[in-house]
Amino acid sequence: MTVTVLGPQRRPTVQPVPPGTVAATVTAGWREREADDAELDGLLGGSTVNLRLHTRWLTVLDADPELADAELNHRAVLEELQDLYALQVGNAEQAAVAIRRSSTRPRTRAAALADSEEALRLLDARHLARVTEVRADFEAAWRPGERDAVAQQRAQVAAVLEDTSLLVVTGGHVGVLLHVLGLFAVTPPADVVAWSAGAMALTDRVVLFTDGRAEAYAPGLGVVNDTVLLPHARRRLPMDDPARLGALARRFAPARCVVLDDGVRGLDRGRVVGADGRVA
Amino acid sequence: MTGSTRRLAINRLKERGPLDGDTVERFLARQQVPIVEGLRCTFLFRGEADEVWVTHRVLGLPDRLPLRRLRGTDLWSVVMELPERSRVEYQLELRRGEHYERINDPLNPHRSHSPVGGSSVVFGTGYEGPEWAEHDPETRPGELLELTVPSRALHRDARVTLYLPARFRRTASYPLLVVHDGPDYLQYAAAKTVLDNLVHRNEVAELVGAFLHPGDRLVEYADSTAHARFVTDELLPYLERRFPLNAQPAGRCLLGASFGAVAALSTAYRHPDTYGSLLLQSGSFVFTDIGSDHGGGPAFDPVVRFTNRYRARPRAVADKVFVSCGVYEPLIVPNRSMVPVFTDTGMRVRYVESRDGHSWENWRDRLRDGLSYVFPGPRKYVYE
Repeated sequence: MTVTVLGPQRRPTVQPVPPGTVAATVTAGWREREADDAELDGLLGGSTVNLRLHTRWLTVLDADPELADAELNHRAVLEELQDLYALQVGNAEQAAVAIRRSSTRPRTRAAALADSEEALRLLDARHLARVTEVRADFEAAWRPGERDAVAQQRAQVAAVLEDTSLLVVTGGHVGVLLHVLGLFAVTPPADVVAWSAGAMALTDRVVLFTDGRAEAYAPGLGVVNDTVLLPHARRRLPMDDPARLGALARRFAPARCVVLDDGVRGLDRGRVVGADGRVA
Repeated sequence: MTGSTRRLAINRLKERGPLDGDTVERFLARQQVPIVEGLRCTFLFRGEADEVWVTHRVLGLPDRLPLRRLRGTDLWSVVMELPERSRVEYQLELRRGEHYERINDPLNPHRSHSPVGGSSVVFGTGYEGPEWAEHDPETRPGELLELTVPSRALHRDARVTLYLPARFRRTASYPLLVVHDGPDYLQYAAAKTVLDNLVHRNEVAELVGAFLHPGDRLVEYADSTAHARFVTDELLPYLERRFPLNAQPAGRCLLGASFGAVAALSTAYRHPDTYGSLLLQSGSFVFTDIGSDHGGGPAFDPVVRFTNRYRARPRAVADKVFVSCGVYEPLIVPNRSMVPVFTDTGMRVRYVESRDGHSWENWRDRLRDGLSYVFPGPRKYVYE
């Protein structure tokens, strides 16, 4: 499988698919605007098939109220987990900032900082473990793939993908993307092109970041490993603050934190945040 | 020459020597009145009067600022300090003989509106009205429904205007925002436009809003048991039976301004573990540390009793509290005083001040901060 990760597509760099290639698209991250894909279809050469995963999801929820109720509850639990974890992370980060600014002896300060970074890594790991456990419990209890409404949609998606050699995943809401890609058991074909939230969903660990703060969110599809992708970093992270960027890089190490700027084409073209906070 | 050291326009006019009507006319034609120059603001009035004042409710300034007549003209002026990003509502008071009259500034087209009428408004350097409170053609609008909720607690049928977000779905689950003084929030704080825009921009979660129409608000919102019972025991079950609401404390927020903020706090205080968040704007949290002279009049008596009781034995009544207040309103002192009281209970508190007064525009301008705090949107999940 070849995976091509792109930077945000404000100024599109996605290229037309080669002649003879059948491409499927996932625009579910756009949620209710999922069907507004004419421009994307044009950029890709005009012969794509949109998997319409968001629409399929809403169809399933309408057709299977019992699953819809269970899913609502499941999502509420996940949201509560995320909120409480975010609260802990926020406090831990504030503590790290206070320690960094403290006028204590450098050696004492460094030790305390190392501890606070370790505490953050522990919070991240425990959170991801809990999310994984809650999701597994939900799968075991409800077996969505075996329910008629989902099974029908899965079969249709699989049939489309069978004739497809390229999957294009756009940006949008990374939570929705992860959910529908999992619900409809989308297995990437030979080649994948993805950007922004679509690229994040391909990683083994999805990290949210905004207003200068980062949160682990959930395990991703694991197509791209040991990499934390940071699209729109300039608008969301303190790129002029090496201390905080370095803390971010160390927190998610050994994974690389890769900045996906506009125009980036390929993971190897993304700039990497170093442990010292420098971006190169 | 910088703006701060340049002589004021009114002083340059004075220095021209004898002034005639045409000169004053040309001067006014070149100015936006009041004239804001750096941190100074010149109020002007043109016309015949015996005395003229600027009247306002800015804490720290005399209630009435007298204007002085420019010799040989019918132009009056006074210069006031106006800090950056300020917004001040005012009127002019005229005395002609024994007759006093309050008017909006005829030279200033900017008006603010409220249930008690309009007034003139002046903006300090750097003030910008929030563009998210303006109609945005890109935004898909939500819907307003009129409901009547029978209330035994209030002994009346209670009117509620319900806001449903764009793309409302029965298979989703929504948090509920209960808004005191609902019609005023809709009319004077552009609450529907604000909600539409902030939801569209992923800054605020898709939510259902219940805009309450008060009866006698000075009674119902002044720590009334009946009001708290209506909201908690009648309105919530009514709505949660009929709409797909997240019927958990974390999914319920009470919003109010002035007496409405007292009603929000009092309702949560009387029904602990019911509400996850409070959004309190310029709360009328008047209290006394000793004695009973609070200066607010009889309507405030039950408010003061409640606030004193709460301050004596504060307790957490929600997970999160957003408090905002304008620094020019007399209520700034009570609101600042409540922040440590709330914080010490263990509630998460965010407090925001603005250079503004006790006004609907002030409350409108703080809605993004408040709503995105109590019900944050999915911004952190969206990477286009």
